Amino acid sequence: MAQMTQELLEKDRLALEEMNQPLITGNPSYHDVTRVVSQIVEVRTAKIWWMALGITGGITGLLFSMLGYLVWNGIGVWGNNSPVGWGWDITNFVFWIGIGHAGTLISAILFLFRQKWRTSINRFAEAMTLFAVACAGIYPAFHVGRPWRAYWLFPIPIADHGMWQNFRSPLEWDVFAVSTYATVSLLFWFVGLIPDLAILRDRATTKFRRIAYGVLSLGWRSSSEHWKNYEKAYTILAGISTPLVLSVHTIVSFDFAVAILPGWHTTIFPPYFVAGAIFSGFAMVVTLMVIARWVFKVEHIITMKHLENMCKVMVATGTIVGYAYATEFFIAWYSGNQYEQFTFINRATGPYAWAYWTMISCNVLSPQVFWFKKMRTCIPVMFVISIIVNIGMWFERFVIIATSLHRDFLPSSWGYFRPTIVDILTFFGTFGLFITLFLLFLRFLPMIAVQEVKGTLAADKH
Amino acid sequence: MIQAFINKLLTPPKGSFGVAAEFNSVDSLMAAVLRSRAEGYTKLETYTPFPIHGMDEALGSKPSVLGYIVIAIGLCGTATAIALTWWVGTVAYPLVIGGKPLWAVEFTLPIIFELTILFSAFAAVFGMFHLNRLPQFYHAMFNYSQFTKISDDSFVLVIESADPKFNAERATKFLSSIGGSAVEEVAK
Repeated sequence: MAQMTQELLEKDRLALEEMNQPLITGNPSYHDVTRVVSQIVEVRTAKIWWMALGITGGITGLLFSMLGYLVWNGIGVWGNNSPVGWGWDITNFVFWIGIGHAGTLISAILFLFRQKWRTSINRFAEAMTLFAVACAGIYPAFHVGRPWRAYWLFPIPIADHGMWQNFRSPLEWDVFAVSTYATVSLLFWFVGLIPDLAILRDRATTKFRRIAYGVLSLGWRSSSEHWKNYEKAYTILAGISTPLVLSVHTIVSFDFAVAILPGWHTTIFPPYFVAGAIFSGFAMVVTLMVIARWVFKVEHIITMKHLENMCKVMVATGTIVGYAYATEFFIAWYSGNQYEQFTFINRATGPYAWAYWTMISCNVLSPQVFWFKKMRTCIPVMFVISIIVNIGMWFERFVIIATSLHRDFLPSSWGYFRPTIVDILTFFGTFGLFITLFLLFLRFLPMIAVQEVKGTLAADKH
Repeated sequence: MIQAFINKLLTPPKGSFGVAAEFNSVDSLMAAVLRSRAEGYTKLETYTPFPIHGMDEALGSKPSVLGYIVIAIGLCGTATAIALTWWVGTVAYPLVIGGKPLWAVEFTLPIIFELTILFSAFAAVFGMFHLNRLPQFYHAMFNYSQFTKISDDSFVLVIESADPKFNAERATKFLSSIGGSAVEEVAK
């Protein structure tokens, strides 16, 4: 009996120790943190960076030439056609927007919940948000067919047409949601950067850098008065970004849910889309972070604990997504609506069954390995799973869009969607744009929120 | 007259901004602030690499008013969205679709919500810039020899010349006596 109690106590102690593990390992000083993060932007540009930029720049060029080709020839160069009028474009739009959501989750929601582990990764994840939203925005803008008229989506009183928007349309809501999201994310990111830009200004050794970072940091001087208003602004931005990020994917899901199409017209869509967005976003953060912390040797600031926490979020949200898939099927059966039932049986057994089962295995089955601590802390495993998850989440959007559209109410208008080479190269090109923007970010801006990490360090020391 | 104005612009401001001293940790800075307050100084300011919990209370500074600015401007966003959707829907371009009303709160709620958020975010960021007087590319503190160390790992306390008790010599002596290093009078 006594021995058992002893063992239990020992177990408790170990669990407690693990909980109190320092977030930043190796006990660095404030100066160490400044130096390690600043050096990444201060050293001579590495040859490998130029090579990487050359490759991704080329892929970005491919993206722009595909978009130019589309503008010249019209939307017909994509595979969208009746009955599948939304193809890869909207799939990719939802895919990229979803990836962005992890950035806001990490910077805003985890901030409000006082999750200190976010400080090492939030800058990185916020940058990812911005670049993902930039990639997402391309698709609806070009899908309108005449992108030079895309500004008609906004209520701008330059009446070259005398018409106004229809605010009953979820697509119009989406214009407001996504543009607000992009703007607020940019503001939030910039506010977070100001004190760290001041660090680079203060460390600058050349006049050019001093002026460039000096202008960007706006004359920040770290006074308590500055910090007071800054922290207030940061808290408010976190507070309003939290409902914002939930609203954005809710409204994206309204694009589907408000339509009366079987397979789209379901009330489960908003929470299901939000969970999926966070899931794919965290997967993307893990993919990028594993590479970045290794390349830039910041393993002691972005520690295994950070990665492990992200894996836990992935298994949680992946399971929520799996639960949503099951609920959809249950409701289709329970509703007694034969169109609804057909859509779902067709999803799992019809011509797109291969896509459906890819989605299930990537999204629901693969993250389950993260129940095991060994897997959660094994970098090759999490790297591979994070990529699999993103493939799965892309398929989720494709399945929702294509399977619901390709079987119209009349069998005479049934069809099958096939992407064109332009579709494929455009999607490939957005990865080029995403990584190009990321490389520029890593080269010129501090990839870790230095002042926030120091705050965490100070709290650890107490 | 123009010449006089230019001369005024070109002559550097005279006088002293205050006396600055460097401390090496959060705790020693906090202790120094409390000592200075006990000594009767009221115009104090600290400069730190990261925000320090409890510093505002120690300095006796009032809470930020940014929240009020954001609420006011955020509500302007709400009003703008209601006015815009109502005017567009019923006056400028009335469309009857599916027999639905020209304006209703249900379908305009997403727009109202997003514009409230957008206006609030702008208010939070530009309100903070306003309260902190940013951008500001010259400030007396940039003259302090240790200024560039602050953003790295230095904790600085300044007794400002605006303090009614201010006397450069006495302040210098006092800051040195409580453990400050690099004690300097900072020019305006």
